[in-house]
Amino acid sequence: MVALLRRLGCWALGLVREAGGMMLFLLEGLALAFVPPFRFRRLLQEMYLIGVRSVLIILLTAAFTGMILALQGFYTLKQYGSEGALGSAVALSLIREMGPVLTALMVSARAGSAVTAEIGIMRITEQLDALDTMAVSPMQYVVMPKLLAGLITVPLLTAIFDVMGIIGGYIVGVILLGLSSGIYFSEMVRSVVPLDINGGIVKSLVFGLTIILVACYKGYYTEHGAEGVSRATNQTVVLSAVLILAWDYLLTSFFM
Amino acid sequence: MSRGNIELLVGLFVLIGLASLTYLALHLGELELFSHGYRVYAVFDNISGLKTGAPVEVAGVEVGKVEAVEMTQDFRAKLTLKLDTKVVLKEDTIASIRTKGIIGDKFVKLTPGFSDKVIPPGGTIRETESVLELEELISKYVHGKV
Repeated sequence: MVALLRRLGCWALGLVREAGGMMLFLLEGLALAFVPPFRFRRLLQEMYLIGVRSVLIILLTAAFTGMILALQGFYTLKQYGSEGALGSAVALSLIREMGPVLTALMVSARAGSAVTAEIGIMRITEQLDALDTMAVSPMQYVVMPKLLAGLITVPLLTAIFDVMGIIGGYIVGVILLGLSSGIYFSEMVRSVVPLDINGGIVKSLVFGLTIILVACYKGYYTEHGAEGVSRATNQTVVLSAVLILAWDYLLTSFFM
Repeated sequence: MSRGNIELLVGLFVLIGLASLTYLALHLGELELFSHGYRVYAVFDNISGLKTGAPVEVAGVEVGKVEAVEMTQDFRAKLTLKLDTKVVLKEDTIASIRTKGIIGDKFVKLTPGFSDKVIPPGGTIRETESVLELEELISKYVHGKV
């Protein structure tokens, strides 16, 4: 019984320690953005790796998500004779939920795991220590640009996702199922309010930071060789997916 | 991948992302950067769940929006309507609350008047007609007040 309690306590302490460690890691990483030397090119490189390279998969996911939403929504709404609401159903579910969450999941699967593997390998091959000996802060050179790139690119990717999803919904709803194009767009414009869009942007900012923070943290504290890298990558994907969905619930219940 | 190429691609990506964001914010969210139009007020006995952002129509044409819903001291509903500058309302304009379709949304319908005087910006529409509530009508009929 005592042993069980001790295990529970140990687990809770570990959880708190990890959360605190991540928070300090985040604060240090973001604070370093305001300390010279500023390496603008590093930021561009990371934006390329995290943002530009994700565009194709985001477009693909978005188009199919929009098409599925339109298809499912159409047959449900048809039962109530209100197919006209299809545009607003597609746009609202994309902007409020699907856009931020699916973008974050795709980015974490594509870029988050890559970031962990990259930093993890730099750690186990002592490249981070080598940077340190050359008086280059690895936090500032490696981690900070990635955090900023996540913060900048994920909201942009989310916006691209939303627009592409709306186009996907248009293809199915208007071109295949024969809804009038005017109704599709006017219902959409009528029902989407600025709060929806702000909420979506806030969500994607939080998600972007979370994904890259988890990825960098797990990579930075990788241990025990190649096996450690594989474990860290695995943990990154699982933890960021769970965190994204948990954050999503919290943000939705607080802000929207 | 050479340096120039990365810059080009990142630039393109940021441009597309910002364009999408602008489309969402300006077109769908109708974020008003340059505020056009003027405000008038209208006080109703009952607005029955009309929401902020509901359209204001004249002859079925959307000419504005409900900007705010408040309650007055004497428990009536005060609406702030934001109208296009092009729309000039005569003093005896009637504002009424109607429903689109059977389960549709509520909107404010303006019936233009013929007076010589116009309602200035910040003025109040005096003639208002509240929602026709089916339950109230039925109960009046059942309790024999008709």
